[in-house]
Amino acid sequence: MIPQEFQYRRATSIDEAISLLKESGDEGKFLAGGHSLVPLMKLRLSEPGVLIDISRIPQLSGITEKDGTIQIGAGVTHAEVASSDLVRRLCPVVSECAAEIGDPQVRNRGTLGGSLAHADPAADYPAVMVALNAEVHIKGPGGWRAVKSGDFFQDLFTVDLAEDEIIAAVQFRPARNAAYAKLHQRASHYALVGVAAVLEMEGRTCRSASIGITGATGHAQHLANVESALSGKELTPETIAAAARIAADDLEEVNVDLHASEEYRRDMVRVFTKRAVEQAASR
Amino acid sequence: MANETPVSIKVNGKEEQRDVEPRLLLAHFLREDLGLTGTHIGCDTTQCGACTVLIDGKSVKACTVFAVQADGSEVTTIEGVGAEGELHPVQEGFWEEHGLQCGYCTPGMIMSGIHLLNENKNPSEQEIREGISGNFCRCTGYQHIVNAIQYAAKKG
Ligand SMILES: Cc1cc2nc3c(=O)[nH]c(=O)nc-3n(C[C@H](O)[C@H](O)[C@H](O)COP(=O)(O)OP(=O)(O)OC[C@H]3O[C@@H](n4cnc5c(N)ncnc54)[C@H](O)[C@@H]3O)c2cc1C
Ligand code: FES
Ligand code: FES
Repeated sequence: MIPQEFQYRRATSIDEAISLLKESGDEGKFLAGGHSLVPLMKLRLSEPGVLIDISRIPQLSGITEKDGTIQIGAGVTHAEVASSDLVRRLCPVVSECAAEIGDPQVRNRGTLGGSLAHADPAADYPAVMVALNAEVHIKGPGGWRAVKSGDFFQDLFTVDLAEDEIIAAVQFRPARNAAYAKLHQRASHYALVGVAAVLEMEGRTCRSASIGITGATGHAQHLANVESALSGKELTPETIAAAARIAADDLEEVNVDLHASEEYRRDMVRVFTKRAVEQAASR
Repeated sequence: MANETPVSIKVNGKEEQRDVEPRLLLAHFLREDLGLTGTHIGCDTTQCGACTVLIDGKSVKACTVFAVQADGSEVTTIEGVGAEGELHPVQEGFWEEHGLQCGYCTPGMIMSGIHLLNENKNPSEQEIREGISGNFCRCTGYQHIVNAIQYAAKKG
C-alpha cells in the first residue's frame, strides 16, 4: 500500500517546525514516530501534502526531573519511557503504561507527543496523563501555553491543539500510589478498557483520588464519581468495591465495536477500576 | 522524477545513496532499490512484523517507516546477520531448534530476537514471548521459536 505523494521536510527546532507548517498552508502535518500517521496514510485515510519530520528536534527529547516534577519530551519514544530509570523510580505507573503499548517495534518508534496529539480513543497514555493531572506544554505561533490533560482530550481524535501548534513536553508530579490496569485487544494491544488510578494515601485512608479512563468512550476522561467515592475513605475491600461498582454509571456513549459490546465494556470498566485502585493502594 | 529527496543510509555496513520519493517505504527501498529481499512484507499494515529490521540497533517494522526517515541511520537487515558458513547465534538457534517451517516470518523473527537479546542477555520465557509479540508466525505455534531464542541466549 502506497500513500499519496507528499513533500518531506525535516525540522531541527520547534520554531522551525512551526514555520515550516505555516509555509505549507493547510497541506502540512507533523510526523513524529509515524505509528499512527503512516498506517493512515497507507490506507489513504490521511493525505497530507507536506510532512514535517519533528523526530530529530533536540528540544523534544529527554526526560528530566525539575522542582519535584517529571518532564518528558514529546519526542520521547514509548521504549525510552518504559526503560527510563528516573521514571521507573519516581513514577513507575508511567513506565508500566508505556511498556504495555503495542509491541516492541511500535514502542521503538511511537512517541508520547504523537500518542496524545492523535488521541486514539483506545490509546493508553491518555488515561495515565489524565489521572496524573499532567500538563501538556504546547507551542504555537503565538507562544507557549499549558493545558491540563483532563481538558486536553475533547472528543474522538480531537484535542485542544491547533493545526500549527506543537506539543513540546508533558509535566506531572510523580505519584507512588498509582497503577494502570488494562484489558488489551489481543492483536493490537490497544485498550478495550484502561483505567489509571492515582491516590494520595495517608496510612490506609485515601485523601484524594484521581481516576483516568480510556478505551470506553470517545476520549480519555476523569471518573469523577469514583474519585469522590474514594476520597476521604479508608480503603477496604468493601469501599473499593463500592466505588468500582458505580464506575460506569456516569459514562455516556460507550464505545461499541467488533471487539466488545457496550454491556461488556461497562462491565470491564467496573472490573478494571477495581483492579487499578487495589493495585494503587497496595503500593 | 520530481519531488525526490536524497537519502544516505548505511545498510549492513555499506553506505547507500539514492534519490527517493518521500513516500517510498523503507521495506520497498530495501527490497526493490537495493535488492535485499530477505526483508519480507506480510501484512503491510504494521501488524505481522515480517518486515522487521534494525534502525540504529532498534527493531522497527520497515513497512511503517519511510526511507527518508532512516536517512543518516544504520539499517541492519537479515542479510547483514551472520556470514556464509558462520551463522549468528540466533540463526543457529532457529536451525538447531527447528524454529521455522515455511520461513516467511523468520527474517523478522530473527531481527526481533536479536533486538531482544541486545536489550536483555538472559530473558525468561515470558520475556521472549513478549519480545516477539510484534511478530506473527502462521506455522510453528511459537514454541520452537522461543526455544531458538533460548538457545541463542545460552550460547551468549
Ligand atoms: C500495530 C500498532 C499497535 C499499537 N498499539 C497501541 C497500544 O496498544 N496502545 C497505544 O496507546 N497506542 C498503540 N499504537 C499507537 C502508537 O502508540 C503510536 O505510536 C502513537 O499513537 C502515535 O505516536 P507517533 O509518534 O507514532 O505519532 P505520529 O504517527 O507521527 O503522529 C500522529 C499524529 O500526531 C501528530 N503529532 C505527532 N507528534 C506531535 C507533536 N509533538 N505535536 C503536535 N502534533 C503531533 C501528527 O501530526 C499526527 O497527526 C499502536 C500502533 C500500531 C501501529
Ligand atoms: S509487513 Fe510490516 S508489519 Fe506486516
Ligand atoms: S514459519 Fe511459516 S510463518 Fe512462521
